[in-house]
Amino acid sequence: MSDTPVDNSKRTWMIASGCAGAAGGIAAAVPFVSSMMPSERAKAAGAAVEADISGLKPGEKLTVEWRGKPVWIVRRTPEQLAALPKLDPQLADPLSLRKPGETPDYAKNGWRSRKPEIFVAVGICTHLGCSPSDKFTPGPQPSLPNDWQGGFFCPCHGSTFDMAGRVYKNVPAPDNLEVPPYMFLSDSKLLIGEDKKA
Amino acid sequence: MADFKEISPNASAGEKLTNWFENRFPTAFYEYKKHMSEYYAPKNFNVWYVFGALSMLVLVIQIVTGIFLVMHYKPDAALAFASVEYIMRDVPWGWLIRYMHSTGASAFFLVVYLHMFRGLMYGSYRKPRELVWLFGCAIFLVLMAEAFMGYLLPWGQMSYWGAQVIVNLFSAIPFIGPDLAILIRGDFVVGDATLNRFFSFHVIAVPLVLLGLVVAHLLALHDVGSNNPDGIEIKANKGPDGIPLDGIPFHPYYTVHDIFMVSVFLMVFSAIVFFAPEVGGYFLEYNNFIPADPFQTPLHIAPVWYFTPFYSMLRAVTGEMMYVFIACVVAGAAFGVIKGKLSALMKGVIVVGAAAVVAMMLAIDAKFWGVVAMGGGVVILFFLPWLDNSPVKSIRYRPSWHKVMLAIFVVNFVVLGYLGILPPSVIGGRVAQLGTLFYFGFFLLMPWWSTIGEPKPVPDRVTFTAH
Repeated sequence: MSDTPVDNSKRTWMIASGCAGAAGGIAAAVPFVSSMMPSERAKAAGAAVEADISGLKPGEKLTVEWRGKPVWIVRRTPEQLAALPKLDPQLADPLSLRKPGETPDYAKNGWRSRKPEIFVAVGICTHLGCSPSDKFTPGPQPSLPNDWQGGFFCPCHGSTFDMAGRVYKNVPAPDNLEVPPYMFLSDSKLLIGEDKKA
Repeated sequence: MADFKEISPNASAGEKLTNWFENRFPTAFYEYKKHMSEYYAPKNFNVWYVFGALSMLVLVIQIVTGIFLVMHYKPDAALAFASVEYIMRDVPWGWLIRYMHSTGASAFFLVVYLHMFRGLMYGSYRKPRELVWLFGCAIFLVLMAEAFMGYLLPWGQMSYWGAQVIVNLFSAIPFIGPDLAILIRGDFVVGDATLNRFFSFHVIAVPLVLLGLVVAHLLALHDVGSNNPDGIEIKANKGPDGIPLDGIPFHPYYTVHDIFMVSVFLMVFSAIVFFAPEVGGYFLEYNNFIPADPFQTPLHIAPVWYFTPFYSMLRAVTGEMMYVFIACVVAGAAFGVIKGKLSALMKGVIVVGAAAVVAMMLAIDAKFWGVVAMGGGVVILFFLPWLDNSPVKSIRYRPSWHKVMLAIFVVNFVVLGYLGILPPSVIGGRVAQLGTLFYFGFFLLMPWWSTIGEPKPVPDRVTFTAH
């Protein structure tokens, strides 16, 4: 360092121009970061889809694509529906009360659907986004508890859901499976992605 | 800056040529001496000291094979899987280049893990080598990002669902998480946009960062000098010429040493590339030979072996495990307040801090804390230089029970890695939870346990017997 005294006016200008440069640099980063957000095309791909459930037999599942995600439609059997209320003590959130708004009001009931036998849910685990597999057969089986009543099992981290997509206690997934907005166009036609007449 | 040097007109052509370059580019000569012919490394290096050089070799293999793969690969969700199969079947020698690259990824982690273990054994992270260690940990972290993004590119089932799970890890962060995950994917689910950007990061952005960090790691190392298996400073004993008495020039002594081990490494590497490139599903998972299907998660998904120890920690954090963590925080705070020789203010800070952490642990999902455990497992390595309070560096002169601790740590790490490959199970989950507690306990309690026991006398000069 030299012995010449600091010229404070010069230093002020250097600090000011340094700040201006930093602000410019941050501003220049905005377009680059924004370019990584979903494009207009990706945003436009979210239209509602129709599903025909006339051929769906009790105990069967149909998968349709909505916004790039699998949406399941299951026609539950009377036995499966009868098992649901008995499970409440084992579930983390049997009444779907967590995070208001996640589950539509018409699905905030014991079977989480508009019509008891037809179950509609996004087939993506609320833990880390894997697609759980069907484990509709009750009884003991690998990776599942011995008193298994039928439901879904996520192969990634072992989360379990009942036949209404309600998450069990003490599994990694925090929430019940998401119920998408949907409505019945007729007894055999479902519209997924919209729940009121536009 | 050096003065221009005239050379005798009678000098040989070779000397004249050397002089011509030395006058115009003295940096090359100076740096060669500094990093090779006059870089004095301790003479007692053992076989553990080759993994640094081997990781450089693997880095070169990855860059060269990567350049050639990019000539044929198509980063498009509709074409990617087929273009990899095209490389494997139709491109002349494409299979070899691809298998070298895929085997190279696993080899990279293997040599880096061994290299890090060497540092752990001989205290290579201790003063004055903290920055060497920090740059090295940053390399490890960046290497994980590089490997993860590269694994998406073949667009197989494991590529797809692995990326889906890891990107969703970010969405577990409170408040900003969901938007951050969308920013990373560029879409609401993993798709073409994600593949394209991961390609860009994998082939350009991350390798540039990686190379920069490797240069910083080496420059910092050559500034402070290498550690050695005895953990003593060779610079403390210099000869009249200023050269450490226990130092030998890196070139030719260690270049020859490394070339020999490079040959051994290449024999093993070639054997894998030619005879077992999938290594029974560990280096290339079988499910990744099925094209990505966004509607069907494979029945069992697991990351590639080098991520599984940390993946086990992620899976170990359940709602029950959170109560154990809360108990640990409370116990730690109580210990600090009762036993710690701290001012009343500091004790207050500890109590308030612990209360805040416990409140957050109760308020935020176990899912988020699983992500914290997984990330924390890597991040905690950065703090190692300040956690170790042992008076001696090398395991050779530490109390014998430290060897037992280190051995348990290694076994625990391998067990966590093995459990991470397996499907979730009740017993495995419990073992992984114990293992996770041990892993963090090993580091977080190190300031305390590393001081316990009587270290052995450390010699003044390195122990070395000529062959």
